[in-house]
Amino acid sequence: MSEPTIGVLALQGDVREHLAALAASGAGPRSVRRAEELDAVEGLVIPGGESTTISKLAVAFGLMEPLRARVRAGMPVYGSCAGMILLADKILDPRSGQETVGGIDMIVRRNAFGRQNESFEAAVAMTGVDGPPVEGVFIRAPWVESTGAATETLAAYEGHAVAVRQGALLATSFHPELTGDHRVHALFTEMVRSAR
Amino acid sequence: MSSPSTATAASSASSASPETGTARVKRGMAEQLKGGVIMDVVTPEEAKIAEDAGAVAVMALERVPADIRKDGGVARMSDPDMIDGIINAVSIPVMAKSRIGHLVEAQILQALGVDYIDESEVLTPADETNHSDKFAFTTPFVCGATNLGEALRRIAEGAAMIRSKGEAGTGNVVEAVRHMRQIKSEIGKLTVLDRNELYAAAKELRAPYELVKEVAELGKLPVVLFSAGGVATPADAALMRQLGAEGVFVGSGIFKSGDPAKRAAAIVKATTFHDDPKIIADVSRGLGEAMVGINCDTLPEGERYANRGW
Repeated sequence: MSEPTIGVLALQGDVREHLAALAASGAGPRSVRRAEELDAVEGLVIPGGESTTISKLAVAFGLMEPLRARVRAGMPVYGSCAGMILLADKILDPRSGQETVGGIDMIVRRNAFGRQNESFEAAVAMTGVDGPPVEGVFIRAPWVESTGAATETLAAYEGHAVAVRQGALLATSFHPELTGDHRVHALFTEMVRSAR
Repeated sequence: MSSPSTATAASSASSASPETGTARVKRGMAEQLKGGVIMDVVTPEEAKIAEDAGAVAVMALERVPADIRKDGGVARMSDPDMIDGIINAVSIPVMAKSRIGHLVEAQILQALGVDYIDESEVLTPADETNHSDKFAFTTPFVCGATNLGEALRRIAEGAAMIRSKGEAGTGNVVEAVRHMRQIKSEIGKLTVLDRNELYAAAKELRAPYELVKEVAELGKLPVVLFSAGGVATPADAALMRQLGAEGVFVGSGIFKSGDPAKRAAAIVKATTFHDDPKIIADVSRGLGEAMVGINCDTLPEGERYANRGW
């Protein structure tokens, strides 16, 4: 079976790390900054970065509506950190004008674990990822405040959901792309394969 | 292509208790800023304008470099109240500057909870021999460099992000270009050396051999590289990206211009679409006056901030 074409939303953030992790997971990665580039991918990663910046650029360059349409049409999407915020139906105390793509029935709290001095690494056991816990790198990370009935919590840290899945949509508070462990990207690549 | 953060991460995440201030967390924070614009702001109102324009972070300071040049005197860390005000005004990361080698200013900035400390040549140096030991801090540091050796010495001291220095407060991109080209060309030269030659290269660069070897293997710095010092237009920002900067700092260029909100948003867009001249042309229209600028070849040696740092 041919490798699935998976885009990484390349408006801002740690795009290169996601491209590398996808390539190592058997996907054919490419960066996506324009609507026509979005049309050409089977799945999409929304990277870590600054969620307000990514959101504003997506609106300014006419990507927000096409993104929402693809999500509604069932395209698999994985979001890490800022990507998790963009996949949330609702953000707690959003900055003025911060829109999200939405799709996952959850409320996300931005910078929930604190500022950079509180950023941390910790082992996190994640449902759907076999073997030892994943190395969770949490950087000014959000957590999931609450979820709807259709949203499955895959991992929690200190009582807060930090990895969730709803259908073809996957989100983590942490950054597997900053580690050498590509199992979360492999899980997502498999989700894109099975959505074919 | 592998994540540069993994090779040097000293910590293992297998322990049960969370670890803060690891190399991966510090360098990883800078990875999240890539493709973005970090803007100098002096008030909470400016910080909000920057955030609304799409800045990935703001640099909180009392005077932008253009005013530091004009006013003269000793330039120091900003007032804690002023930094607090900016931290409370925005949700994006807030950076602040300490003087080179001023350990206590850096300790104060960490205590205030800033997200990144810029050990900056724009302020008057406190130590003409030593930079701060940046491993001693949980808060990550960004430092300026004019060449590869300087960048690697800062990384050896614990810097988690590098910015080419340029010449701050001039609105003239010429020095930013010089420094970025210098760093990129020195990296390029390392990648074609054989192992034996790397020892001599480390000696010439006055940098640790292990770091020189890592750069030769990666073909890039092991930390994120931004550009700073002289960016005033969307085209300047895009130029620095095309020359290899992973993002840009804009100091005086935004709030010393005619229409800061519009110029800030335009620079953000040009940074993302740095390789699309049509988009850069569109965002460059009707921005009003750019900051006036200074010709760097008429700057006396003593007023060149890039010469500060060793």
